[in-house]
Amino acid sequence: MVLLNINDLHVRFDTNDGVVHAVNGVDLTLEPGETLGIVGESGSGKSQLAFAVMGLLAANGRAEGSARFDGTEILNAKPRVLNKVRAEKIAMVFQDPMTSLNPYMRVADQMAEVLVLHKGMSKRDAVTESVRMLDAVKIPDAKGRVRLYPHEFSGGMRQRVMIAMALLCRPQLLIADEPTTALDVTVQAQIMQLLADLQTEFGMAMILITHDLGVVAGSCERVAVMYGGRIREQAPVAPLFADPAHPYTQGLLAAIPRIDETEAELRAIPGAPPNMTHPPASCAYAPRCPYRLAECETERPPLEGFAPDRKRACFAALDDIRAHRHRVSITADEAATAGPLEDEPDDALPDAAVAGVGAAAATHEVKQ
Amino acid sequence: MSRPLLDVRDLRVSFPVRRAGAMPWTPPQDLHAVGGVDFTLKPGETLGIVGESGSGKSTLARALIGLVPATGRAEWVDGADLVDLSPRQMMKYRADIQMVFQDPLASLNPRMNVGQIIAEPLTTHRPGLSRSEVKARVKEMMERVGLLPNQINRYPHEFSGGQCQRIGIARALIVAPKLIICDEPVSALDVSIQAQVINLLIRLQKDLGLALIFIAHDLSVVKHISDRVLVMYLGKVMEIAPKDALFNASQHPYTQALLSAVPIPDPAREADKAVVPLTGDLPSPMNPPSGCVFRTRCPRAQALCAEAVPPLEGTDRRTACHFPGPLTEAEIAAARTEPA
Repeated sequence: MVLLNINDLHVRFDTNDGVVHAVNGVDLTLEPGETLGIVGESGSGKSQLAFAVMGLLAANGRAEGSARFDGTEILNAKPRVLNKVRAEKIAMVFQDPMTSLNPYMRVADQMAEVLVLHKGMSKRDAVTESVRMLDAVKIPDAKGRVRLYPHEFSGGMRQRVMIAMALLCRPQLLIADEPTTALDVTVQAQIMQLLADLQTEFGMAMILITHDLGVVAGSCERVAVMYGGRIREQAPVAPLFADPAHPYTQGLLAAIPRIDETEAELRAIPGAPPNMTHPPASCAYAPRCPYRLAECETERPPLEGFAPDRKRACFAALDDIRAHRHRVSITADEAATAGPLEDEPDDALPDAAVAGVGAAAATHEVKQ
Repeated sequence: MSRPLLDVRDLRVSFPVRRAGAMPWTPPQDLHAVGGVDFTLKPGETLGIVGESGSGKSTLARALIGLVPATGRAEWVDGADLVDLSPRQMMKYRADIQMVFQDPLASLNPRMNVGQIIAEPLTTHRPGLSRSEVKARVKEMMERVGLLPNQINRYPHEFSGGQCQRIGIARALIVAPKLIICDEPVSALDVSIQAQVINLLIRLQKDLGLALIFIAHDLSVVKHISDRVLVMYLGKVMEIAPKDALFNASQHPYTQALLSAVPIPDPAREADKAVVPLTGDLPSPMNPPSGCVFRTRCPRAQALCAEAVPPLEGTDRRTACHFPGPLTEAEIAAARTEPA
């Protein structure tokens, strides 16, 4: 049985600079109870994919394709249908816990609202249930703190409140969009542990959207790597890290410094991500790819299975990637200087395109 | 031994803060953002500073270049005390100490083009240079940091985050400083771009013999770039040690907890590692715990920790802990079973 089945999903934003093609034909399935990680850089479309499924796209966004949850089509569904599914069946946790809680409402009120609305509970019962859920996410003295306002909580505690609120209706699927990006590592470890515990306890499926490969390694069963609005590689977590089959995955793994190893030099991925206002007709990664072939610049590689449970979208021979047999060598400097200015990662999704709910889509969180 | 480039002794920064709900006539209380930091920096060395948000690492950096008032001593290689200089006297040292900021776009003036941005420190600190000379130096520096010199007339918004950070680095380097303070220079960048900027910083440092103070919350990045690492918690130095000693055999319980929390991009190792859980949150800096500031969350805290502030002891590697040493498995297990 498939819990969520996403088929050929496209997301477009109409902006003053033209149409931004944020997601370009994504197919994904999710089994009940499974944890799927979606990894990608800013502008790769990973957050917009989730927003589209939840019906939370900004006003200038359009989604096409299909997303069936438990057999029901939810993509572009009527608000009446969506409001039933959201919170009750699918819940979402956003990146920035401060901006996703209502600063004018006490935690008790905003949590109880969910239950009153969806379960028809009385306010009193709803608050009692909220306190129970705050206990479940290990907020000390939940009973005393439920009357506080969001600003009276620390960042980590706010994220716990968000998680508790998302779990109030016992959803079958939790979508966590960069849930720990705004938090310190020690708090991140607490929150990831909490999510794992709650997942077992409630038996829900989870989609974890993140740019941090370390977080994925620790908590996901299956991973989809996105680049330029498409899935580039999809695999169970162990083979993805041990034997990356796509040059981009390989490049990402080589570009991150590791705390458990000493590397002589980081192998940076030269160049910059593609501009999604004019997505290339060929492979979007080709300009940065050391394995690129002639057909990479004319055709788009399809996402194809090559081993059980594993798919990749690349023309280069798998043996070449495994053996690091590069075809072209691009030095970091050459690409940095020669890269045309049009290839701007930060403009890939202009702020205007993701206004409102999309604000949480920005990968970068400014830390002190 | 050669003279250190920078010798910081008991540096303190505090901000007067009025408590929420306090009456207007009550005097403001002091918030000690940096509470007595000691370290030295050798010429050409990279010192990493790590700590959670609120640990005072950015305030420390700002104090060193006089962006916030501080007390204590920060002795520059020529004997001047940076903390005690008047703004006019400080001007002379600003050319020697430059800073690269976290948010690449916000730290560039949107109304100036790249040429003007990079040239500004040069025209300020070396007013005698001719315009053609300034332009030549700017172009040379742009090439050096991996920007195309023909982009000199473009404005910051036309560049990506990674390129803006290169502009910020060029602006810092143009006056040939001896020390660059990088405050979270890569935390706003994507991983693939982050590696480009880190490699650039390392190469420039080697070529120009710069000293770097590299502040970051990402411990893996700090490990990659630093020679020595300083760990801060609630405005205090917990541990300062050469990189390998700190990352392989840390003596302070806080450092160990911090390191254990870093996710490893390897599913097998990530599953095997023992995370030292830190319960609760950072205490308020308005009301720090007595004695050792870390004791409220320390798995090894004892009565002595509440009574006396542990001094920062040692020569090469220094630790501020009454009971230093690696945490045992029993201690980690005990910390994990404690109620959150």
